[in-house]
Amino acid sequence: MSAVDGLRADGLRADLAAIADMIPLRTRVLDIGCGDGTLLEYLAETKNVDGRGLELSQQNVNACVGRGLPVIQGDADADLAEYPSQVFDFVILSQTIQATRNPKEVLGHLLRIGRKAAVSLPNFGHWRVRLGLLTQGRMPVTRRLEHQWYDTPNIHLCTIADFVALAKECGAEVEKALAIDEAGTARPMRADAWGPNLLADGAVFLLKGTAAG
Amino acid sequence: MALPVFPRPIIQNDADVGDAMYFGAEQPLDLDSGQQLTRWTVAYKTYGTLNETRSNAILICHALTGDQFVASRHPITGKPGWWEIMIGPGKPIDTDRFFVICSNVIGGCMGSSGPAEIDPATGQPYGLKFPLITVRDMVRAQSHLIGRLGIDRLLCVLGGSLGGMQALQWAASYPERVVAAMPIACAARYSAQNIAFNEVARQAILADPDWKDGKYYLYGVQPGKGLSVARMAAHITYLSESALQRKFGRRFQSPDGLSFAFQPDFQVESYLHHQGSVFIDRFDANSYLYISRATDYFDLAADYDGKLAEAFRGSRTRFCIIAFSSDWLFPPVENKRIAHALNAAACRVSYVEIESDKGHDAFLLDEPEMFDAVRGFLGSVATQEGVA
Repeated sequence: MSAVDGLRADGLRADLAAIADMIPLRTRVLDIGCGDGTLLEYLAETKNVDGRGLELSQQNVNACVGRGLPVIQGDADADLAEYPSQVFDFVILSQTIQATRNPKEVLGHLLRIGRKAAVSLPNFGHWRVRLGLLTQGRMPVTRRLEHQWYDTPNIHLCTIADFVALAKECGAEVEKALAIDEAGTARPMRADAWGPNLLADGAVFLLKGTAAG
Repeated sequence: MALPVFPRPIIQNDADVGDAMYFGAEQPLDLDSGQQLTRWTVAYKTYGTLNETRSNAILICHALTGDQFVASRHPITGKPGWWEIMIGPGKPIDTDRFFVICSNVIGGCMGSSGPAEIDPATGQPYGLKFPLITVRDMVRAQSHLIGRLGIDRLLCVLGGSLGGMQALQWAASYPERVVAAMPIACAARYSAQNIAFNEVARQAILADPDWKDGKYYLYGVQPGKGLSVARMAAHITYLSESALQRKFGRRFQSPDGLSFAFQPDFQVESYLHHQGSVFIDRFDANSYLYISRATDYFDLAADYDGKLAEAFRGSRTRFCIIAFSSDWLFPPVENKRIAHALNAAACRVSYVEIESDKGHDAFLLDEPEMFDAVRGFLGSVATQEGVA
């Protein structure tokens, strides 16, 4: 969404690069909110992944079609219910969960559709956000969350701890958790540790639905 | 190859009438009804050049009242091709790069076998003796034509409305012969509302005293009034409420305003009358009955125990589906149903939904986002297939 991370040498946004590293060769992947298809194209070229996208913006959809990527124009809230269960090895949701109307339902669908789900999100528990609210008494506007409260697409912001709690409630097992700092460096973290929730700019999770076995 | 025979005179002797492929008794056309056409014709038009490896052929399928003159002057009306905005040198479907084929559907009236054609058995027009046909029959006829042209695989099959349904049927019937398919503004089945509008159109034709049980050819007349009303009713479904309001509003035809009579007072009435009257100059009423019936019968999932995904199971064809937001004849939700079924069958599918207030007809009009999608999709398919 609006959040911008540092870029890696290969041009991928830090959270996307971290997600890409989690995806094994020749898997089937659904990228929800795939944008202009940068990650899907990267996965197809470097990992021979059979990728599909779901994207809201017309311009981005046409960009994907022009790149030869299969993409469905639609939104996560409305469309995921139509997907059959367990048809993808990985479902990716990058910087999007905070913009969905019903994050719990969306996460449930992710865990149902894919054997594993990779989710990246901005961390609303970052100390700058906390400090901004504490000192100014206004909704925080930061480099990563650049909108005013009244025009933000990010209607369901959460902290890393909030997301971990939701994942648990959805019956998901956290297989990997990475904290991403302001420079775009990803480091493994303990999902329930208080440190990253205060210091990390964003996070990437690899989840496995317990129902998936 | 030979010249097609049209039921109406052409505008000038040197008009480009395209080609016709004749099939004799040795290659009958099996129909879904169980009947057979033993001597039959497909009239078609091509654009561009088939490359050496025969890998650059694109089949365009036309809609209910369309024809093979997709990108060149219509030899009867003299009007430009119905999709010239899309097809030609340098256009989204680039005839400098692709070999484009468009054929008149079986049951049609522009040179392919249909009710207006002379029945070889009687020497008179078939009329209602022509067998009922289906979308699958139309596609089967096209597959014979493509075979005769020496083409094993089509790079893409595409079309809007009934043309989109033919593209879907191609992908379901001959998956190994279709590299890519682009169904536009269509559905995998005709809805109750679609059938209802078709029935109004057919009843208008049947109610015309000049229809004469479909034998009007023998009397030198045509049910023009009925066919014209059929076209008017159908035309409303091709537009949208907002497009009609924008184009016509409540504007009067004459500066004098209301006439207090039943002549057309409003511009929207005159517009529909015009649509009806130009239509009867080029279209056969019985063809309208046959083709509209074929569309009613279209329900792709019904051939696969009601499971649309099964129609595409294991298919390697790449799909791109395009829908228009204000299309209420084949609304986005129906188009998207196809995309979801393809996804469920693990096919490679894209779905593009274009914001437009022009209704169903948007696919024939200047819609830059549609052009971008078509150009982008065909470009990526061609590159993947090594088409220069």
